[in-house]
Amino acid sequence: MTSIPGTEAQHGRQREVIVQCRNLWKVFGATKHAFERADGAHLSVEDFTRKGWTAAVRNASFDVHRAEVFVIMGLSGSGKSTIVRCLSRLIEPTTGQVQVEGQDLLAASESELIKTRRSKMGMVFQHFALLPNRDVLGNVAFPLQVQGVDRTTREARAAEMISLVGLEGRENHFPDELSGGQQQRIGIARSLATDPSLWFLDEPFSALDPLIRADLQDELIRLQSQLHKTVVFITHDLDEAIKIADRIAIMDQGQIVQIGSPADLILNPANDYVARFTRNVHRSRVISVDTVLRETTPSDTTAGPAVRPTERIADVASLVVESEHPVAVLHPHADTVAGYIDREKFVRVLAGLDPQ
Amino acid sequence: MHDSVTRAIPASAPTSRKPRLHSAMALAALAVAVFFGPVWLTVIPAWLEFPVATVVGDAINWFAREASIGGLAVKDITRLFAEFIDRPIQGAVVLLADGLFSGRGLDVKQSVPPLSWLAIGGVAVITAWRLGGRSLAFTVTICVGFLVLFGLWQNAMVTLSNVLVSVFIAAALGLALGIWSFRSTQVENITRAIMNVMQTVPIFSYLVPTLLLFGYGPSAALVATVAYALPPMVHNTVLALKSVPAETIECGRMAGCTRRQLLWQVQLPTALSKIAVGLNQTIMMTLNMVIIASMIGAGGLGFDVLKALRKLDIGSGLEAGMGIVALAVVLDRVSQAAAKRAAHGKHLQPGQQPLWRLLAVWIVAATVIAWLLPLAQLWPKAYLISTAAFWNNLVSWINQEWFDVLDAFRTFALLQVMRPIRDFLAAAPWTLVIGALAVAAHWTGGLRLVIYTVSLALFIVLTGYWGPAMNSLYLILIAVTLAVLIGFPIGFWLASRPRLQTAANLVLDTLQTLPTLVYLLPAVMLFRIGDVSAIVAVTLYAVAPAVRYGMVGMSQVPHARLEAAEISGCSRWQTLIWLRLPAAWPTLLIGINQTIMMAFSMLIIAALVGTKDLGQEVLIALNRSQVGEGIIAGLCVACLALIADGLLKAAAANTAIQRHRKNSL
Ligand SMILES: Nc1ncnc2c1ncn2[C@@H]1O[C@H](COP(=O)(O)OP(=O)(O)OP(=O)(O)O)[C@@H](O)[C@H]1O
Ligand SMILES: [Mg+2]
Repeated sequence: MTSIPGTEAQHGRQREVIVQCRNLWKVFGATKHAFERADGAHLSVEDFTRKGWTAAVRNASFDVHRAEVFVIMGLSGSGKSTIVRCLSRLIEPTTGQVQVEGQDLLAASESELIKTRRSKMGMVFQHFALLPNRDVLGNVAFPLQVQGVDRTTREARAAEMISLVGLEGRENHFPDELSGGQQQRIGIARSLATDPSLWFLDEPFSALDPLIRADLQDELIRLQSQLHKTVVFITHDLDEAIKIADRIAIMDQGQIVQIGSPADLILNPANDYVARFTRNVHRSRVISVDTVLRETTPSDTTAGPAVRPTERIADVASLVVESEHPVAVLHPHADTVAGYIDREKFVRVLAGLDPQ
Repeated sequence: MHDSVTRAIPASAPTSRKPRLHSAMALAALAVAVFFGPVWLTVIPAWLEFPVATVVGDAINWFAREASIGGLAVKDITRLFAEFIDRPIQGAVVLLADGLFSGRGLDVKQSVPPLSWLAIGGVAVITAWRLGGRSLAFTVTICVGFLVLFGLWQNAMVTLSNVLVSVFIAAALGLALGIWSFRSTQVENITRAIMNVMQTVPIFSYLVPTLLLFGYGPSAALVATVAYALPPMVHNTVLALKSVPAETIECGRMAGCTRRQLLWQVQLPTALSKIAVGLNQTIMMTLNMVIIASMIGAGGLGFDVLKALRKLDIGSGLEAGMGIVALAVVLDRVSQAAAKRAAHGKHLQPGQQPLWRLLAVWIVAATVIAWLLPLAQLWPKAYLISTAAFWNNLVSWINQEWFDVLDAFRTFALLQVMRPIRDFLAAAPWTLVIGALAVAAHWTGGLRLVIYTVSLALFIVLTGYWGPAMNSLYLILIAVTLAVLIGFPIGFWLASRPRLQTAANLVLDTLQTLPTLVYLLPAVMLFRIGDVSAIVAVTLYAVAPAVRYGMVGMSQVPHARLEAAEISGCSRWQTLIWLRLPAAWPTLLIGINQTIMMAFSMLIIAALVGTKDLGQEVLIALNRSQVGEGIIAGLCVACLALIADGLLKAAAANTAIQRHRKNSL
C-alpha cells in the first residue's frame, strides 16, 4: 500500500493525550476487594456469572487524543455505556486507571470530581434527559446555574448555545412541546454550555428517526469542525461510526477487541467478530484515495481535477469517472501533486475488492 | 385508598399435589379431634385470653398522665404541643369561617368578619379556571353555590380550615420522610413496614390515643388526621423519586451538582407530578378523616352528619352529606388538575397575570364588596334553600309506601341469609377456623404464609376479640360477595364499551374520593339502624374497586387470542368462560383484595349504625376513652385485613406464576 507521510496526523497519533484509560475493569456486583481476592483479572465470563457478577468492562485500555472523535461501538450490552460512565466516574470503576488531562480521576475526592465535571466535561444522553419543568433556556442554562453563574450571564450564554444548534426562537418552549430531534439539539446545547474540553455522547441519535438522525450527524460534524472538542461517542451503528469517527474501538462482551481508523477495521479486521461487523460496509466508503495512488508518469497532465489524499473513494467516484484526464492527488498539506489515481485499483475498490 | 398496600409475601407455593393433600388431611384430623376432644378446642378457654388491652391501656394512661421526660411531665408536653398546633387551626378558622369576636357574655360581637364566601369561592373558581379550564371552573362554581345557598358555608369552612392545616403538615412531613426513605434503604424498610400497618388500622383507632394525649378538640383531631393521611404521601414520594430516569440523574451529576442541588433541582422537580398524585390522595384522606374526627371535636360538616345520624334526622344529614360531597369534588378535581399541570411546565400567555396576583386582587375586591353589600359576606337566612324537609318527607313517604317491601326484604335478608352465616361463624370452633386459614395459606403461599396468617389469627384469640372478629368477618363476607357480584359484571360490561370507560372512570374516581361517612346516609334512609344498613353501606363503598378491576382485567386479554377464539367459532359465553375469565383471573383476585380492603375501612364507620363487631368495640372504647381496648380492637381489624391481603396476594401471584410456567414449557 502506498502511503503518504503525514496522513498519520489525521489519525491523531502524534497529538496530546486527553483521556488515558488503562486496564479498566467494571464488574457489577463485586467490590474492588472481592474482585482482587478472586483474582478477577484471570476469570472467564462463566466464572463471573457463577459468582453472580456481571463483567461489563474487562481490561480496557485506550487513549483519546485532543480534538479527536473517538467512537466506541459494539452490540447492545457490550459495555459501551459503562465504559463512558467510568471515564467521568458516573460509575465507579472496579479497578484500573483513568487520567483526564493528566488528573488521576479515580484518586479525586468528591469535590475535585465535581469541579472536573463542571469545568471539563459535557455529556449528551440517549433519551435526552431534559428537565421537564424548565424551558429550553432553563435547560441549557442548567449546568451554569449549578455552578452559581449569575442569571444574565448564564442566559446570554445559553441563548448563544441555542442559536448554535439552530433552535433560536424556541427559548421559551418546554421539552414536551418539541420533537425528538429538537430535544436532542437542546441536549447538545446544554452539554456545550460550560464549554467543556471533553465531550461524551452516549448513543445520542439512537432514539431518533433515520432522517433526523442523518441531520443531526451532519450537525455534529459541523459543530466539531467549529469547536474541535475531544469527543467520545458511543453508538451501535457502524454507518454512523464511519461517518463521524477518526478512530473506532470495537467492543465485544466488555472487551475492546480492536481500535483503529474505519479503514483499518475494514481492511484488517482483528478477528471474526470485527470482520462480521464490517462485512457489509462498502470499502469505497472508508478507503481514501491515497491507497489507489500510482507514481506520476511522463504522460500525465495537470489538466484534470485534483483531490486531497484523505478523501474517500466513494466521494470522488463520479469526479474520477467523468474526468477525461487522470485525476491528481495532492500532498496532504501542500498543493503539490503527489501522484495520480490508478484507475484499475480504483475500480477494484468500487467493486468491493482489495485494491491489489 | 389502599392501592398502595404492598407487601413481600413469597409466592413459593407448593406445586405438587402431595403437600396439599397432607395439609388437607391434617385439617380433617383436627376436625375429628375437635368433635371428640376437649371443649377448649371449640370454645376459647379463659386461660387463653390475656388482658392485653388493659395492660396497653394502663401503660398508655400511665405514659400520658404520670410519666415525665427529663423532669417535664408528658402530660404537660402534650398539652403544650396541643396548644402549639391549635394556633394554626385557630388562625385558619378565624380567617375562613368565624372571624374575630370581641366583648364577653351576652355581649359578644363579631368585630372582624372572616373572609366572605364571595372571596373564598372566587379564589376556588379562579384557581380552577387557571388550572383546569372552563369546565372545571363551572363544576367548582356549582359546588360553591350549593354550599352557600344551602347554608352549609360556615361549617364547610371549618372543615376546610382543618383540612388545609392538616394537609400542609402531612405533606411537609410526608415529603421529608419520603426523601429520607429514598436515600436510605434501612429507613425505607422501617417506614414501609409501619405505613403498611397504618394503612390497615381502622380510622377510629387513630382517634383513641390522640384523644388521650391531646384532649378533646381540634388539635387531637389534627394529630390523628396527619397520622392517617401520611402514608400515601410518603409512599408516593418514594415512588416518584425512584421513577426519575437514571439518565436525568446522571445529567445532573455530570453538570456537577452537589447532593443537595441534585435533590432540589433535578430529582424533586422531575418527580413533581407523581408527588402531586400523592398529595391528591393525602388531601382526600385528610378530608375523610377530618369528617370522622368531628367525633372528637373537629367540628364542621362531619359534625352535622353525626348529629343527624344520632337523631335519625336523615334530611339534614343528607344535606350536610351533600355538602361534604361538594367539598370533596372541589378538592379532588382542583388538586388533580394541579397534579396534571405539574407534569410539564407552562409559561403564562402574553397578558396573563400570575395566579397569585389575580387571587390577591380578587380577595381585596371581594372584601370591599362584602363590606358594602352584606349579602356577599353572609348569605341571608331568608334566602337559604333547605331540602331537609323534602328529604325527610321522602323518607317518611318511602317508609309509608314502601315499608312492606323494604321490611320484607330486610327481614328476609336478616333471617334467611345473614343470621345463619353469622351464627355459623360464631359457633364455628376457633381451632377449625384457624386450621382452615392455615390450609388456605399453605395451598396459596407455603409455610411462611401459614406462620404469618396463624400468628395474626392467634393475636385476635389471645387478646380476646375472637367473637367480635367473627362478627366483622360475617359482615365483610356478605358485603364483599355482594360488591363482587354487582361490580364484576358491570366491569365486564364496561370493558366491552371503550367509549363509556372515561366516564366510568370519572364516576368511580368520585365514588372513591367521597368521605366514608357519606355512604351511611342512603343506607340508613332505607333500612334504618342495623346490620342490613351496615352491609348496604359497605357494599356501596366497596363496589367501586370491583367495577374498576373487573373492567381492567377483562380488557387485558390478548387480542390475538380473542380472534383465534372467534375464528374457531366460540360463542360469547364460551369466550368469556374459557378465555376471558382465566386471563383476567390474577387481576380479578387483586380486585377482590382491594374490595376487601375498602370494605374493612368502611366497616368501621358502619359501627355508627349499630353493628356488633370489632368496629363497635373501637367506637365504644372511643366513647369511653378506653385507650387499650380502642387500640387492640383496632389492631384486630388490621389483623383480619392483613390475613385477607396476604392470602389473596399470594393466590394472585401464584396463578400468575403457574401461568408463566405453563407458557414457558
Ligand atoms: N447497574 C448495573 N448493575 C448490574 N449490571 C449492569 C448495570 N448496568 C449495566 N449492567 C450490565 O452490564 C452490561 C453492559 O451494560 P451497558 O449498559 O454498558 O451496555 P451497552 O453496551 O451500553 O448496551 P446498550 O447498547 O443496550 O446501551 C450489561 O450486561 C448490563 O446488563
Ligand atoms: Mg448503553
